[in-house]
Amino acid sequence: MAVVSFVVFSLLYLTPGDPAAIIAGDVATDEDIRRIHARLGLDEPFLVQFGRWLWALLHGDLGTSIFTNLPVTQLIGQRVEPTVALTLCTLVVAIVVAIPLGVIAAAKAGSWLDRAVMSFSVLGFSVPVFVLAYILILTFSVQLDWLPVQGYRNFRDGAWEWLRHLILPSIALGTVYVALIARMTRASMLDVLSQDYIRTAAAKGLAPQQVLIGHALKNAAIPVVTIIGVGIALLISGAIVTETVFALPGIGRLTVDAILRRDYPVIQGVILIFSAVYVLINLAVDLSYVLFDPRIRY
Amino acid sequence: MNKRSALLRSMSAVLGTFTLASVLSIPVALAQGQRVLKFVPQADLRILDPITTTAYITRNHGYMIYDTLFATDAKFQVQPQMVDKYELGKDQLTYTFTLREGLKFHDGQPVRSADCIASIERWSKRDALGQKMAEVTESWKAVNDRTFALKLKRPFPLVLEALAKPSSNVPFIMPERIARTDASTNITEAIGSGPFKFVKEEWVPGSKVVYVKNMDYVPRKEAPSWAAGGKVVKVDRVEWIYIPDSATAAAALSAGEVDWWEFFPPDLIPVLARNKSIKVENIDPLGSMGLLRFNFLHPPFNNQKMRQAVLSVVDQNDYILGIAGDPKNGHTCYSYFTCGTPLSSEVGAAPAKGNRDFEKAKQLIHESGYKGEKIVIIDATDAPIVHSQSLLTAELLRKLGLNVEVQAGDWGTLITRRASKEPVEKGGWSIFHTWLVGPDVMSPAVNFAVRGSGEKGWFGWPTDAKIEELRETWFAATDPVASKKAADAVQARAFEFVPYVPTAQFILPTAYRSNLSGVIIAPITLLWNVEKR
Repeated sequence: MAVVSFVVFSLLYLTPGDPAAIIAGDVATDEDIRRIHARLGLDEPFLVQFGRWLWALLHGDLGTSIFTNLPVTQLIGQRVEPTVALTLCTLVVAIVVAIPLGVIAAAKAGSWLDRAVMSFSVLGFSVPVFVLAYILILTFSVQLDWLPVQGYRNFRDGAWEWLRHLILPSIALGTVYVALIARMTRASMLDVLSQDYIRTAAAKGLAPQQVLIGHALKNAAIPVVTIIGVGIALLISGAIVTETVFALPGIGRLTVDAILRRDYPVIQGVILIFSAVYVLINLAVDLSYVLFDPRIRY
Repeated sequence: MNKRSALLRSMSAVLGTFTLASVLSIPVALAQGQRVLKFVPQADLRILDPITTTAYITRNHGYMIYDTLFATDAKFQVQPQMVDKYELGKDQLTYTFTLREGLKFHDGQPVRSADCIASIERWSKRDALGQKMAEVTESWKAVNDRTFALKLKRPFPLVLEALAKPSSNVPFIMPERIARTDASTNITEAIGSGPFKFVKEEWVPGSKVVYVKNMDYVPRKEAPSWAAGGKVVKVDRVEWIYIPDSATAAAALSAGEVDWWEFFPPDLIPVLARNKSIKVENIDPLGSMGLLRFNFLHPPFNNQKMRQAVLSVVDQNDYILGIAGDPKNGHTCYSYFTCGTPLSSEVGAAPAKGNRDFEKAKQLIHESGYKGEKIVIIDATDAPIVHSQSLLTAELLRKLGLNVEVQAGDWGTLITRRASKEPVEKGGWSIFHTWLVGPDVMSPAVNFAVRGSGEKGWFGWPTDAKIEELRETWFAATDPVASKKAADAVQARAFEFVPYVPTAQFILPTAYRSNLSGVIIAPITLLWNVEKR
């Protein structure tokens, strides 16, 4: 995290762009910009700026947005719920759809069903999120008027309203992960299904579903869980496009807006949070191996 | 309990805590039957202080929550707004203003003379016209809580025009304790005495801004006209919903999720116009002016003949098409002052009009002694109005045989880079484009790009004593005829000196649901008087 902090701060320092010029607006003069520089401490040397930011960080203070004057923690706090909700819903969509598809494709390897699943996977990989998003909006929001075009409702405003606003974004964002997880599940299942113990289980007279779910899927789970873990990390970055198209006030959009405006404290805060989340997800994935394979001990 | 079940329990506890936290949060419910106007603004509101920034979105936020002493109406006449009555002493040096009765700030405090004086003094430190007025101000004095006086050092005919300035920076009135904030430091409290109240708790930067009707606001009796007249609020709540993606905003408007989309790309006009429940209109009578700005500090545009060469080949019709997509959304304007306003004219405009003369331009370039120096046009691809102008200009200059390079970036990079006074080899620039709304270019007082004040002035830093002198003459003009004559002289000099090239006057259309009525025709989007059926 310390390395990330330093690298991020250095990159921002080197990146062209000046928040003072953006704050001052189109009509500003050099003098206006210089005054804002001084007020924000942007005219100080790199190490002084970095030292001040690090000291505040060590005291739990991520700083204040240069533009809104709101604490970075508050800005991030406002945006956490939509991003977490979108990520969770997408994950649910991805897992609920992809794993059965992968299992079925593996069980019926070579059949038309297998080919259909694989074709869907290729399509899922190939169609950009924003294209799918526009198609979904046009069909389900504008033409059928079933679901909202944009926006987010808090869970506390009602579970159905909350869910309605997440269905299309989750499908748009989730399709690529459905494709990814379905392919991985199929490959992993095919590998496991060729093992001797599966043949033994079938020879003992177990029902095919029991062999598939109880024996094969469980043993095929570790690579699938790994890819889901990596997928969550990717989801966070994929959420930026989805949040922009569906106007969801999430952390992805906060990041893009902050970068476009050179709102340094917000960028630094968000990237730190992202790195922490990545670390935690990887930890969670590693810990989850224990659930699927009792032989693994930490 | 084994490790696996312990892990499962821990995960359940985390999920449970998240759900409980969501459910227990304080609900934000709307009262039944509230009339809510959902408005998609031109940009995201980031800065609340309309004095430290000139950003139009912040200016529009200012009009929601603040009021002004005076306002300009659709006939370009200054009308009292917060002021009930005023008088100018016989010596032409003392103005006395009396506030209307019953004016209150959103925190319940009455609006006092001290609040007005502090607000105007803060504004005067940032705004160019305000600074001009401050130069001739001897003192501001509160006579009592509702009456205050301005004493001038010498007559200044533009006092009321300055106090009624319609666009950035607008002299909004705030409580004295807030207006005492340093003029370079953003205020953090948004408390005005205007027709709407800002709901800070519901503000999500990058997404939503919420205003509610100010029940204590007492509108004037006159009909609304631009920012003058009665500011009668006909909805209970206004939500600014920022939708960054144009296609999504169009879909949201079509589906009725939002009521009004302030500005949209012209290529969406046919799509929205087909929808019978949407009205596509031009409600801005002045539109905006595109401009091509030179860097006067370095070759080749430190040479007047080079600037004249560019002026003689720019065809505004091309720029209108490039910016607005359709000739209907703009028109040629061969004036340095917004066409359609009292000071606009075509005096001295011959080099900008008629058939474009490439041979003459080449001759001027030859006479200038141009030696093939690289011309860098800084471009912002995320700002379509800037980008289209940059590409058109680059093409023109290439036709003239000039050594042109377009250096593309984003808007944030452009406005940083244009502050560089270095030559192009060291990261400097030769040309950039931007645009300004009509009210910001309608007179020598507000059109900062037409000045010749050198390195203290706006980016490009032209130095021209003559234009500055003519501008001072305009400030001293005491009647409309003299004012027009002086403005014409400024313009004639500008077409000779070419501080910038006016590229087009264009109008960005607005679109709203047909159940809205009472939309005010004005160069600023104003949300009072709007009714939602």
